[in-house]
Amino acid sequence: MENTIATQANLHRRVGLVFKYLLLSVLAFIVIFPFILGLWTSFLPTTQIAKGALHGTMSWQNYVDAFTQTPILRYLLNSLVISVVQMFAHLFFASIAAYAFVFLEFKYRDLLFYVVLATMMLPFEAEVIPNFQTARTLHLLNHYAVMIIPFLTSAFGIFMLRQAFKQIPLDLKESADVDGLSHWQFYWKVALPYSRISILTLAAYSFLGSWNQYLWPMLTTFTNRLRPVQDGLRQLHSEETATNWGLIQASAAIVVIPTLIVLFIGQHYFKSGLNEGSVK
Amino acid sequence: MGIELKEITKTYGQDAAPVLSTVNAEIQDGELFVIVGPSGCGKSTLLRMIAGIIPITSGTLTINDQVMNGVPPKDRNLSMVFQSYALYPFLSVTDNVAFGLKARKMAPAEITRRVQDALAMVSLTDFADRKPRELSGGQRQRVALARAIASDSKICLMDEPLSNLDAQLRVKMRSEIRELQRKLGLTLIYVTHDQTEAMTMADHVMVLNDQHVQQIDTPLDIYNHPANHFVAQFFGTPQINLFAATIAGDEASERITIDDTLHVQLNQPLAAGRYTVGIRPNQMALKPATTGGNANVLNVETLGEQTIIEVTMDSGQEVRIVQAGQVQIKINQRVTVSALGPAFVFDDQQTLIAEQGGVSDDQLVSVG
Repeated sequence: MENTIATQANLHRRVGLVFKYLLLSVLAFIVIFPFILGLWTSFLPTTQIAKGALHGTMSWQNYVDAFTQTPILRYLLNSLVISVVQMFAHLFFASIAAYAFVFLEFKYRDLLFYVVLATMMLPFEAEVIPNFQTARTLHLLNHYAVMIIPFLTSAFGIFMLRQAFKQIPLDLKESADVDGLSHWQFYWKVALPYSRISILTLAAYSFLGSWNQYLWPMLTTFTNRLRPVQDGLRQLHSEETATNWGLIQASAAIVVIPTLIVLFIGQHYFKSGLNEGSVK
Repeated sequence: MGIELKEITKTYGQDAAPVLSTVNAEIQDGELFVIVGPSGCGKSTLLRMIAGIIPITSGTLTINDQVMNGVPPKDRNLSMVFQSYALYPFLSVTDNVAFGLKARKMAPAEITRRVQDALAMVSLTDFADRKPRELSGGQRQRVALARAIASDSKICLMDEPLSNLDAQLRVKMRSEIRELQRKLGLTLIYVTHDQTEAMTMADHVMVLNDQHVQQIDTPLDIYNHPANHFVAQFFGTPQINLFAATIAGDEASERITIDDTLHVQLNQPLAAGRYTVGIRPNQMALKPATTGGNANVLNVETLGEQTIIEVTMDSGQEVRIVQAGQVQIKINQRVTVSALGPAFVFDDQQTLIAEQGGVSDDQLVSVG
């Protein structure tokens, strides 16, 4: 009797698991299919793609063409410079602002924080026109600076790091006070290392956000010398009269690679439990 | 020399009631001074004011004859051990101990020497490269102690350092801390809510309750001469029994009555009136009563070398009695409870006004 109940329970569990994985597999396939399709076509000759066929001679020719016939390397360099600079600036400004909101005491601190939060309600698209006016008046159009300056800090970053800093036990701050650490020392030696998971998450988020910028660079850059990758792709598409789909697919695949690298490295760090043992 | 607190008061906000009011104390160099009290009595606040982490509202704090009000913590030259240990999770044990020394810009060779000495002293040398999360609770506690040892300051503040440890470890660490304090000649201010820690470790104890200092004395003087109800109840396990008692008639008398069979004979007369009498559980006796009696047995705890008996008096009051040895007595047994003699008498302000042989002769033993 016991045996049959145990066997039945086991069976139920197995059937449940099979269904769960089946559902997950279907969902995963739906998500990844366009990506696979894009990758697949990047190896096919354009003539085949144009006919709507999904088979043909696979070759690296599209990739070779992308590097030799288009300014994609320049686009990549532009994006890399913009994204890296923006990422570090964003981390720095968001973290010092968050630090002030947590560890410094000043009048209207919380009110000020809510004002900062309120700016999250405004979508970037709504700020595009005034920002464009400002950039034009400052003669910053068609310059690296115009693609970095509006994103030096963000309410989201401040919010996220403020929450992270609030997790730091008050005892650590008091202990540091007894040891005589200044605010800058505490920020650098304790607050940042303690919150490194949040910092890395924000770094990845910031880098990818910058890498995938499209609307703002499109409005503010006019030459290939400065265009970042996403607008570069668009440029390739519009320059080719008889659109070379194979070439564009190959370029798109190249553009995606840094994104994957960032996510891959990032996930290695997103381990939980790194802060255990500080306080009981 | 030492640390002196004069009229120290702490108030949060301008019109709020003080969380600590007019604290006066003198702490000698090289002594272990325990601040004890129930949670919320302001003992951690007092410690943080001495450390300089929170400002003093009014009053004067002097350390080695120098007024320290407003001086930043690092210039007070003291170390502190926190209840939560406050270790840096991303640093190894060595780096945790060295952290404060580096912040004070000590020479690297000196830091290495001090860290090694401190780790050896708390027997953590083998764990020097581990991260706090790879240590047990007791080991983390030792890292926190090592930080205080490595520091060159002679004043150390500890905020309930043992409250996160299990009972056995706590007993062990109690004597280890005491030993370290003597060996290093530290002036140690130790905050705890545990009267046992206060009794066993302290040179002097400050009892805090209700934002006020209740008594400052040596542990035994506090046990033998509690200044008021609160102190009497706070020290000693099981808790002291407090009875409502009267001296009947109009004239002063030496006989103070609790009920028909329970009374205490004082060695000097007291004016007639109502009082509270405190009798420690080990200064009470009971014997089974076939007829009469004044209490029923409620509960019996046998600890092996002694027995704690809880009885309900006919007045409804519950009373604890400790008897030596293993006493066989049944629940609900009718008993007669009497007092052996030693007792404390408190007036209606809950203040001690008379005592009757606080220590009996068989308790005072001198060795050597």
